[in-house]
Amino acid sequence: MDFTSFLIQILNALQYGLLLFLVASGLTLVFGIMGIINLAHGSFYMIGAYLAFALTSLTGNLMLAIVLGIPLAFGFGALLEKLLFVHLYKRDHLQQVLLTYGLILIFEELRSLTVGDDVHGVAIPDLFSASIALSDNLSYPVYRLVISVVCIALAVGLWWLMQRTRLGMMIRAGSFNREMVQSLGVNIDLLYRTVFALGVALAALAGMLAAPISSVYPGMGGNVLIISFVVVVIGGIGSVWGALVAALLVGFADTFGTILLPELAGLAVYLLMAVVLLWRPEGIFRKG
Amino acid sequence: MAEMLLEARDLHTYYGSSHILHGVSFSIRKGEALGLMGRNGMGKTTLIRSMLGLVRPRHGTVRVNGDDMTRAKPHRIALAGVAYVPEGRGIFPNLSVRENLVMAARAGVDGRREWTFERVMETFPRLGERIDNGGGQLSGGEQQMLTIGRALMTNPDLLILDEATEGLAPLMVKEIWKVIRTIRDTGIATVVVDKNHSAVTALTNRSVILVKGEVVFDGPSEQVRQEPALIRKHLGV
Repeated sequence: MDFTSFLIQILNALQYGLLLFLVASGLTLVFGIMGIINLAHGSFYMIGAYLAFALTSLTGNLMLAIVLGIPLAFGFGALLEKLLFVHLYKRDHLQQVLLTYGLILIFEELRSLTVGDDVHGVAIPDLFSASIALSDNLSYPVYRLVISVVCIALAVGLWWLMQRTRLGMMIRAGSFNREMVQSLGVNIDLLYRTVFALGVALAALAGMLAAPISSVYPGMGGNVLIISFVVVVIGGIGSVWGALVAALLVGFADTFGTILLPELAGLAVYLLMAVVLLWRPEGIFRKG
Repeated sequence: MAEMLLEARDLHTYYGSSHILHGVSFSIRKGEALGLMGRNGMGKTTLIRSMLGLVRPRHGTVRVNGDDMTRAKPHRIALAGVAYVPEGRGIFPNLSVRENLVMAARAGVDGRREWTFERVMETFPRLGERIDNGGGQLSGGEQQMLTIGRALMTNPDLLILDEATEGLAPLMVKEIWKVIRTIRDTGIATVVVDKNHSAVTALTNRSVILVKGEVVFDGPSEQVRQEPALIRKHLGV
């Protein structure tokens, strides 16, 4: 493999890992802070992708679709939390799994009823449709770079939110002692609703960004869910920073595993998880 | 009535099927210092938690500044000017000392900001030395200072301290009492729960003694000090 194709693979691994981070960050926050195992989290990725498809068909522009889609997803997340997830905080994991698995079925069925089971494509916005030539016959699409840049910006933003703002401090404090946070005058119900909605919006955004490169298809949430759980487990439950590192590791393991061991494609990620868990059973970063 | 800060009437609180509070009435006025006493398991903490909205009393009412808060969420009661230093401290070990304080900062009910980060630092210089340490790295006494400092950052009208000196070294205990006295002197009403009866009665104007979830004494702390029989009967081991 020459240097240019190696570079392309590195960029692909980064882009995949970063996109994965967007999904996994919400999953790890909701799991780590609110203690909820949300199997429906992958569905939010799928809903985002279909939202991108529907809104792009409507408005003719993916960027406009994303701008409209983010508040829609956030509002949807807040509503779901208020109606359903709020009842899960004090219940055990089995009940959480039952409800959120049921949601997967409902979301898939609703998708099938409203949009159908066909695979759909979403056009890359004209602004980013170019490619950067890296050699005579190899080039890298600008849109993939845009995805990476957006994800990096969001990762920095999320880190800043969690580590540098009072809201982030309250969220972290709440993961440790919910009652005490309340007794300091913080409306923790509202805080949790916001965190949940944020997680939904991030997953949906990942789906919207991925729509043009992965296309939009039934069951796309399931794959993402499983791999996101791998990321959460490797990174350490509840750690946003851990999710970022783990997502990048998974991105590289998956991309280079496929190249180096094509006959064992897909196995590399799970090997990585096994090794990390043997080394650190609680994940690379502890909750914090 | 208007100056009644916190008022509980006829509280009956249960944990599961066990009846903990049997019709407790309790009130504290603005600027008052009150000692809440009783042996272990007599309902002191349950009374506090019932008034803070952390436990729902089955009967009775809780009013803060005259507003009915019986079914209010805990944060609404806190926002009405009530700060709580719980038994076991309740610091956030996953936050730094600075973050523990900053996350709680807000103006008081009337908008005043007497207690700022700087003032808490002046009151507890030891916290300043450990400002970027994790809350969990502090000693017991430092954690207690942090919890009190954090409560003050909310600029409360009422500070409730549940066993603030429990398990601390004698020197630290002395320092905590000094701080509580300073807080009392700034005009913040205080409810103090502590095993050291003479310290409590020396600090407070009024004392309430609970026995088996009922108020058996509510009167001047002076009287408790002068009637050792009261202490022997209701508080002695």
